Amino acid sequence: MRQEDDDVMHNTTRTTNRPRRRAARAVAVGLTATLATALLGACSSDDDGGGGDDDNITLRVGVFGQFGYEEAGLYDEYMEANPNITIEQDSTTENADYIAQLRTRLGQNSGLADIQAIEVGNIAEMTSELSPRWVDFNEYDVDTSHFVPWKIDQATDADGRVIGLGTDIGPTGICYRTDYFEQAGLPTESEAVSELFAGGWEDYIAVGEDFAANAPDDVAYLDSAGGMFNAVVSAFEERYTNEAGEVIYQESEGVQTAWDLSLQVADAGLTDQQQQFTPEWERALANGAFATLPACPAWMLTTIQSHAGDAGAGVWSMARSPEPSNWGGSFIGVTDASEHKEEAVALAEWLTAPEQQAKIFANAGNFPSSATAQETEEVQNATNEYFPGTQIGQILSTAAAEIPSTPIGPNDQIIQESITNGLVTVEQQGNDPDSAWDGVVSALDNALAE
Amino acid sequence: MTTEHREAAPPAKGGAAPRPTPPASGTARPAPGPKEQRRAERRSRRYRWDLKYSPYAFISPFFLFFAAFGLFPLLYTGWSALHSASMLTPNEMEWVGFENFTRLWEDEFFWKALRNTFTIGIISTVPQLLMALGLAHLLNYRLRGSMFFRVAILTPYATSIAAATLVFAMLYGRDYGVINWALDLIGIDRVDWQAGTWSSQFAVSTIVIWRWTGYNTLIYLAAMQAVPNDLYESAALDGASRWKQFIHITLPSLRPTILFTVVVSTIGATQLFGEPLLFAGDPSGGTQNQYQTLGLYMYEMGWINRHLGRAAAIAWTMFLLLIIIGIIYWVVTRWVSRSSGEEE
Repeated sequence: MRQEDDDVMHNTTRTTNRPRRRAARAVAVGLTATLATALLGACSSDDDGGGGDDDNITLRVGVFGQFGYEEAGLYDEYMEANPNITIEQDSTTENADYIAQLRTRLGQNSGLADIQAIEVGNIAEMTSELSPRWVDFNEYDVDTSHFVPWKIDQATDADGRVIGLGTDIGPTGICYRTDYFEQAGLPTESEAVSELFAGGWEDYIAVGEDFAANAPDDVAYLDSAGGMFNAVVSAFEERYTNEAGEVIYQESEGVQTAWDLSLQVADAGLTDQQQQFTPEWERALANGAFATLPACPAWMLTTIQSHAGDAGAGVWSMARSPEPSNWGGSFIGVTDASEHKEEAVALAEWLTAPEQQAKIFANAGNFPSSATAQETEEVQNATNEYFPGTQIGQILSTAAAEIPSTPIGPNDQIIQESITNGLVTVEQQGNDPDSAWDGVVSALDNALAE
Repeated sequence: MTTEHREAAPPAKGGAAPRPTPPASGTARPAPGPKEQRRAERRSRRYRWDLKYSPYAFISPFFLFFAAFGLFPLLYTGWSALHSASMLTPNEMEWVGFENFTRLWEDEFFWKALRNTFTIGIISTVPQLLMALGLAHLLNYRLRGSMFFRVAILTPYATSIAAATLVFAMLYGRDYGVINWALDLIGIDRVDWQAGTWSSQFAVSTIVIWRWTGYNTLIYLAAMQAVPNDLYESAALDGASRWKQFIHITLPSLRPTILFTVVVSTIGATQLFGEPLLFAGDPSGGTQNQYQTLGLYMYEMGWINRHLGRAAAIAWTMFLLLIIIGIIYWVVTRWVSRSSGEEE
C-alpha cells in the first residue's frame, strides 16, 4: 500500500494535485486567520456608538420598563428640533436585569449609553461608590430648582455633585374597590373614604375590621402584610439607613411601628397572604381577591389597569393616605463614558423639564418629580376613566407635597426584602413573630457582611 | 493508517516538496542559479513549517476560546475569591486570603443551600433516571408510530427553561393553580407549594424531571439498540421472561451508559439554577430559602448583596465539590468495571 501511494505521489498526480492543495491550504490559513482576528476583534470593537462627525451625533439612552419617552413622542420631537441628533433607546423590561448590566458596565466604565436610567432603589450606590462614573449636572449649569427638593437630595453625592435628574416619583394614596366597600356598608366616595382613614393607620385597620365583619367571605381587606409594612415605613423620615449612611433598621422607629402594624393586620386575618408582584398576586388582583392596596403610588394605577383589565374598570378608586410617602420613581444620568456629554446633558435636561414631565404624566401616568410640573393644571386636574370620579391629580399632588426626605442607603432594598420575607413566614406559615424577626436579623447579618 | 499519514508525514526525500536537486547529481540539467536555489530553500522551509505548525493553528480556535471563556474566568474567579470586593467596583480588591472560604464553614445559609441542592438533586435525579429507563424499555419494543413517541418525548427538552418554569409556577399557584384546584376536587386540602420545604422542593424537582427525562430516555434507547439481538433470542429460547431479560441482559449492557447519565445528571443537579430562580421569581429560593440551591446562593451573594469575593468563593467551592464527586464516580467506575471483569 505504502509503496503504491508514494508512487502515485511521485508520478502523475503531483502536478495536478499541487495547485489544488495550495488553494486548499490558502483557504485553511485564511480561515484560521479570520477566526483568530474575529476572536480578538470581538473584544475591542464595541465602541462605535459615538457615531460620526461633529454635525451628526447619535445619543443612546438606556432605560428599563416604561419611561414613556418614546411612547409620548418626545424623542421625535427633540430630533425634529435638533436635526443633527439621532436618539436611540435600549429598553430592558425588568429593572433587576437592567441594573445588573448597568453595574457591570459602570464597573468597567465601558459599553454605557450616553444617558442611563437609575431606579430610586439603586440611587444610593450610584451616589456613593459609582459617583465618579457620572457627570455632575452642576458643572453644566442645569437648572434643578424646579424639582421637588428631596428628589435632588437623593441624587446628590457627598461632595455635592448632582448625578441624576428626576424623572417621576411615586406619591402614594390608598387604592380601594368601591363595590366591595359598598357590600360592606362603607362609604364609596373617594372624599368620604379619605375621611375614614384620616386619623392614621390605626383608622385604616379599624375600617378593615369593620370591613371583614360585613364584606363577602372570600374577599380580604388588603393584599399582604408586606404591603402594609411598606406603606407604613415609607412615611418615616428614617427607615433603614440614617443620614450618616449607617444601617439602623434594628433601632429604627419606622421599622418597629411598621412591623407591629403589619403583624396586627396579619393576626386579624385581614390580608390575602400574598407577596406583592408575584404572578399569584397579579392573579389575585385580577380576580378581585382583596379590597385595598395601602400603598398605591401613581404607577400602581397602571399596574391595576393592566392586571384587573376590563373586569376591574370602574370599580377601583383612590383615597388619600393618612401618611403619604414616596414609592419608586427614577432618575436619568449622563455617564462619564459618554463621548457627547454636552449634548447628552442637554437632552437629559430637556426630557426632565416640567413641560415634558407633564406630557409623560398625561401619556403614561408617571407622576412628575418637578414641582413646577405638579402645579400645572393638566396634572392637578388629571383624572382617569378607569377610576371614575376620582381626583387622581389632586390626591397625588397633595401627597407629593407631604413626602418626607428620607435618607436612602445602598442596602435598603435588601433590608426591606428580608423584612417582608419575615412577615410572609408569620403570615403564611404561622411562625412566631419574634423568631421571624430573629431570622430577618441573621439573614441580614449574613447578607450585609463584607 | 497509511492514507492518513500520507498527507501529514514529512516529505520523504523529494516527496511532496520540490526537489532541490543537489548539484552533484544534476547531470542532465544545468545547475540551478543561487537565486533559484534560495527560492527552493525558502519553499521547502515553508513546507516544513506548514507541516509542523499548521495542525496547531487548526486546533487553536478551540483552545483560544477555551482560554478566553473557560480558563481565564475560572482562574480570575479563584483570584477574586481570595479578596473582598464589591460587585460595583470589581477592580478595587482587598486581599483577605482564605477568609471567604473559611466563613462558609459557619455560614448556615451556605449549608442550607448545600442541603437543598442535595435533596432536590436526589428527588429529581433518581425518579428521572428510573422513569427514563422504563420509557426507553417501552420505546425499544417494536410499536406503531415509534418515531412519533421518540420525538414527543424529547419536546420538553427543547422547551425554553424559562417558559416551562413559569408555566409550572402557575400550575403550583396557591390560590389559582390547577394542581390545587384538582386536589380540591378530590377532597384533599390545598397545599401552599411555595411555602413548605418539601412541597417547594418537590415542585422544583418535577420541573427538572419533566424537562430531562426525555433526554435520558433517548440516551438509554440508543444504548439499548446497541445490545445484540441474539442475546435476547437465546434468553427467550431458554425461557427467560421479558422482565428477566431486562434485568439480566439490558441492565448489565447499559451499565456504562447509566453511569454516564448519573454523572451528567449529578453535575446538572449541582448547578441547578434556572428552575428554582424562576419558580421563586428571585434568587432567594423562597421566603425562608427553603429551596435555594448553591447556584442561587452564589447569585444572590454576588448580584443582590454585591459581594463579589464571597460569591466567587461559593463558585469555587461548587467547583471543588464537583471535582470530589467526579473522583468518587471515577473510583466507583473502576470498581464496577473491575468487579464485572471478574465475573466474566
